[in-house]
Amino acid sequence: MEFPDDLYYTNDHEWLRVDGDTARVGITDFAQSELGDIVFVETEFEGTELAQGDVFGTVEAVKTVSELFMPVSGTIVAVNDELQNAPERVNDEPYGDGWMVEIELDDESELDDLMQADAYAETV
Amino acid sequence: MAESSGTIKTTPLHAAHHDLEARMMEFGGFEMPVQYSGIIDEHMAVRNHAGLFDVSHMGEVLVEGEAAFDFVQHLITNDAGTLTDGQALYTVMCTPDGGVVDDLLVYRRAANRYLLVINAANRASDFAWMQEHNPMGARLTDAGDEIALLALQGPKSLEIAQPFTAFDLEEISFYHFREAGGAFMECESAIVSRTGYTGELGLELYVPADDAERVWTTLLDAGASHGLKPAGLGARDTLRLEAGLCLYGNDLTRETNPYEAGLGWVVKPEASDFVGRSALVQIRDHGPERSLIGFVAAERGIPRHDHVIESADGEEIGVVTSGSQSPILDTGIGLGYVPNDDRYTEPGTDLRVASRRRTFSVTVHEPPFHKK
Repeated sequence: MEFPDDLYYTNDHEWLRVDGDTARVGITDFAQSELGDIVFVETEFEGTELAQGDVFGTVEAVKTVSELFMPVSGTIVAVNDELQNAPERVNDEPYGDGWMVEIELDDESELDDLMQADAYAETV
Repeated sequence: MAESSGTIKTTPLHAAHHDLEARMMEFGGFEMPVQYSGIIDEHMAVRNHAGLFDVSHMGEVLVEGEAAFDFVQHLITNDAGTLTDGQALYTVMCTPDGGVVDDLLVYRRAANRYLLVINAANRASDFAWMQEHNPMGARLTDAGDEIALLALQGPKSLEIAQPFTAFDLEEISFYHFREAGGAFMECESAIVSRTGYTGELGLELYVPADDAERVWTTLLDAGASHGLKPAGLGARDTLRLEAGLCLYGNDLTRETNPYEAGLGWVVKPEASDFVGRSALVQIRDHGPERSLIGFVAAERGIPRHDHVIESADGEEIGVVTSGSQSPILDTGIGLGYVPNDDRYTEPGTDLRVASRRRTFSVTVHEPPFHKK
């Protein structure tokens, strides 16, 4: 199971990849593997402002539903619409084409609340 | 995620599941495989080729003796009097109020020998129920731990099992079985049954627990070239839901009666004086208050157990009892109870399902959702 070093991780199994003022958010390899075949991803829309820990969407596997939580506070600036037709991308490439939303960070200091790859790997 | 309860049981195939790296979960008091390669992959294997399921968590009760037939007729709502040796029957057994205690299969092995196959979660309570409703003194034996049950399901299933069977499997009709001791994989005793829970051609194989791993491995090895895959309880649930079959605990409980569950066809009040008969005659004559309907999502959304069913104008009318994404239809499907009123039950009617985050449209559809 892969946990790339350049990402931040949460206890709820989201990852965050920071690129300047924005960051992409998705779920980890562990999360997609636990959920099994993902058939439905739904997130809040562009422009939605959310606080750290807020629910920003749901991901549904055949048998289970899981909520998605914001790793840090921010505003959604892009949504991965490709997942509407190809939700299986979350299984296939959880850190690549399976990303879910892109956010503009409110407060970079919140990144300190997140885990590095090695710390996250120990929790799963 | 798996919950451990301290007294969790395993089937004789536990080590085999571990070797196959199955994801395990607790179900009905047993640690069971929920998936191996993935629910959709296993589901499609069963629809297109074949799948092999370990369903040894199911319970088996032997009913024997002079009073065996009278006991069975008293216990179940269906008519065991229609059975000949080697024939099986789907039925329910009910409380005096007409609530469903369990749904089960009744196998007539001989005039005074029956096998009852019951749901895992109900094994202890069903056996106690049977003992309490046995004034005629039939001999009841809980054989659940001695018998393993493998379900070989899918269009290729007979072809896969035939080389290990000393008689022609095609000769067994649907809902019939053969006592195959020795003639099936040299098992000391075996029941080869043309039954299943997937809506596909298939067999259910009752073998001694000691033979289970050998039978499992032999079938998986021989079937691989036919596209056979091990399949878990996840696919079993999506397959049975597409086939429109009820799941006890979801669609059937002691708070539901067979008429509202669409199982009026297994109630035969004219045949015998069974437990719950007078209550069920009342329900039949007045018509049930609720009705179990099937529905298909008309837009993106997956119905789930406990979601609220609303009329098209938003009035809360019922609750989803089973729901999933259908791998064959690639859309959400579900079952649920609504008032027994044509305004809600007529196929083609628009209803809505409300999940915590959103509400989506569904269309009433008479099960099954998938026909061969």
